[in-house]
Amino acid sequence: MITIQTNKEEDFYILKIRGEVDASSSIHLDNKIGEIIKSEKKILVDCNDLQYISSAGLGVFMSYIHEMEEGEIKMVLYGLGNNVKNVFHILGLDQLINIVETKEDAKLLVDAI
Amino acid sequence: MRIRISFVLGIVSYLMLAITGLMLAFSRANNISTGIPSFIPFLSFIIFFISIYIFYQAHLGRLKDANLQDLLWKIFVTGLIATILSLALKLFKFLFENHKVGDNPLFINFIYFLNLGLLLAFLVSTFVVWERFIFYQKSKRLIYSWRSFIYFLLISMSLIFFSVEFGDPIFYAFLGITFLISIYFSVNLKWVAYLNYKQKWKSILLFLLIVVYISYFIIQVVDSSNEILILNLLDNVTTMGIFTFVVVYAITSVLVLLFNLPTSSVFEKKLEEIINFQRLSQSRNTGKNKAEVYEILLESSVSAVMADAAWLDTIEPGSIETKQLRYKIDSKEIQDVQEHIPKGRIKKLLSSDPVKNLMTNRYIASIRDYRFRSILVFPIFIQNESLGTLVLLKEISDGFNDEMINIIGTFINQASISIENFNLIDAAVENERYAKELNIAKTVQRSLLPSSLEKSEFFDIIGYSVSADEVGGDYYDVYKISEDKTILIIGDVSGKGTSAAFHMSQLKGIFQSLVQLQLSPKDFLIYANNALAKGLDKNSFITVAYYIIDRKSGSVEFSRAGHCPTLFYNYDKKIANYFYGIGLGLGIIRNNEFYRYVNIDKIKYNPNDILVLFTDGITEARNNNQEEFGYDRLKSLIIENAGQTPDKIKEAIVSALNSFCGSTAPDDDFTLIIIKFKENKT
Repeated sequence: MITIQTNKEEDFYILKIRGEVDASSSIHLDNKIGEIIKSEKKILVDCNDLQYISSAGLGVFMSYIHEMEEGEIKMVLYGLGNNVKNVFHILGLDQLINIVETKEDAKLLVDAI
Repeated sequence: MRIRISFVLGIVSYLMLAITGLMLAFSRANNISTGIPSFIPFLSFIIFFISIYIFYQAHLGRLKDANLQDLLWKIFVTGLIATILSLALKLFKFLFENHKVGDNPLFINFIYFLNLGLLLAFLVSTFVVWERFIFYQKSKRLIYSWRSFIYFLLISMSLIFFSVEFGDPIFYAFLGITFLISIYFSVNLKWVAYLNYKQKWKSILLFLLIVVYISYFIIQVVDSSNEILILNLLDNVTTMGIFTFVVVYAITSVLVLLFNLPTSSVFEKKLEEIINFQRLSQSRNTGKNKAEVYEILLESSVSAVMADAAWLDTIEPGSIETKQLRYKIDSKEIQDVQEHIPKGRIKKLLSSDPVKNLMTNRYIASIRDYRFRSILVFPIFIQNESLGTLVLLKEISDGFNDEMINIIGTFINQASISIENFNLIDAAVENERYAKELNIAKTVQRSLLPSSLEKSEFFDIIGYSVSADEVGGDYYDVYKISEDKTILIIGDVSGKGTSAAFHMSQLKGIFQSLVQLQLSPKDFLIYANNALAKGLDKNSFITVAYYIIDRKSGSVEFSRAGHCPTLFYNYDKKIANYFYGIGLGLGIIRNNEFYRYVNIDKIKYNPNDILVLFTDGITEARNNNQEEFGYDRLKSLIIENAGQTPDKIKEAIVSALNSFCGSTAPDDDFTLIIIKFKENKT
């Protein structure tokens, strides 16, 4: 189960994911991201409380890469735990998605790209 | 047998009675002695009496299936025949009225004996049928008291020898006792309750006619009471006692039937309700379908409350289409009624919620200015899901009482249970079908994985794969492309279950086609990515690792497309290492940029070195504390068991994994391939 919390800081849209993203809960994440990329350009994903992500969850992030590039939407993930980070790394998604340590780094990165 | 014996005995004793009686009459008239003692006709009379009783009892015993109405009818017919014969005798006697023969005691006695036979046969047969009526519902006490009554009657028969005549105190005493006994047995009228209205009327008529016949006979007997009679029935306590009993029972029956007439319709109604209730509850067993259950519900409800019109809206779960069953109402009128409800006063709300929707609440209302004056609305629910609404209408106001509401409630409950059973069974059948389909899918998918891995001259290999669901998304394969080269692939489709299984079969197709082209691992991955770009759905990707084992150079060349890193054990150094290298899952980038993310690794192997390929189902398996099995545990297990055969190593890993996870079921597919190199003999 996951809970998704959203709030805005300046012009950054922050998406906080809590819990475990597996095959069934990834649908909620998919819906949420699909909804916010319609209006937001700067998206920060707070993964501090993301305990686990399955391949289905990775599939959600993967599926928006192309769309975000085309819509010039910038998304940065931050605060990933080692397990989660490792999963992104093994799949190679860290080469396509920006992953940083802190929220500040994330804001800086979003503004830089 | 009993019938025949009693019949013969009856005839013989009757003839004995008639002959000896007539002889006595003759001797008495002519004052000559025949030498026949007077007890012989009396004894014959008693035997005759008992014989017909036994005969009728045996005869009735044969008609076990006959209902009380039929028996009553039989008695009526017997009475009719006996009466007609008796009238014929009277006519015969009348013809000789003014003749000398008419005064002949012999003649009078002769006629009397014939009448006596008819009367006794009729009386005793009636008695036996009444006995059957009384025993409609037997009890031990009833049987004992009836037996005593019979004994009492037998004793009373013996009075005939003592010339106890009508008018004697003993005669009156016996008759009085019989009368009291008759009243005692007359309360056994349970059969009355089981007759319907029409049957009750018919029974009353038959009882009255039977009483008329019997009375006619008795009057005959009293009329012809004469000094010259050898055997006067009027003087016979038993005959008079049975007559008393028969009449008393018939009269109480008639009275009880009469008093039961007004309530009979209520009783019938209750019976009908019970039968309807049973029809509703047994619909599943009797091969009915849902539509028939609804029909029975409407029909039963209409008859239970005597509604003038009704309709039943039903809706299939998961559908929006409603069906309507109508009784004496058309859709135009239904619309009218629905429009009138808001105008009418809502009499009584039967559910606690306020009326939000006029069609989904239970209530009674009265309608003003319309043909129907009262309405009862009852929605049907199964576990808060609406199945439909039953609407009953009456042309009189306040037409529904609490009793009716209760019975409708019961009908609706029973109908919902039946419908729910239908739904559950349908669902079970559906599930069964899916389970079968999945089983087929499982078999098919299992066949996509190699059933056994061919052992090579230069390495031992074992492959093992388990799915979390019926079908899974893990794939592995081995392809010996030449004497020296063997190709290995391991893959993992994102997600799990059926969709993963379909993508896995795509991967198999791609592998089997491309492998023959002898591509480098890098080219293989690029082509495979291109092929999958069009076949995978938006959220799916596949991680793959591709290996070429070359005996000549003693090396393994491999590429990783987002798959778990390869674990390699070096026998000489006794160390194991994971080979991470850059890589990206297939299907993530679906354009020609993919080549940038492919890297090739190459390792030299020596005998006893071990290559371990696996999917993330192993490393990401978690225990109750949400701890992952992880890469380090796997690595240590390989180091510990490096001396074993691949099969043993696999077993060690699987058992370690099972004991780690404990009771938690694996929630991902997992696959393990272990290759152990042999001495290079070339």
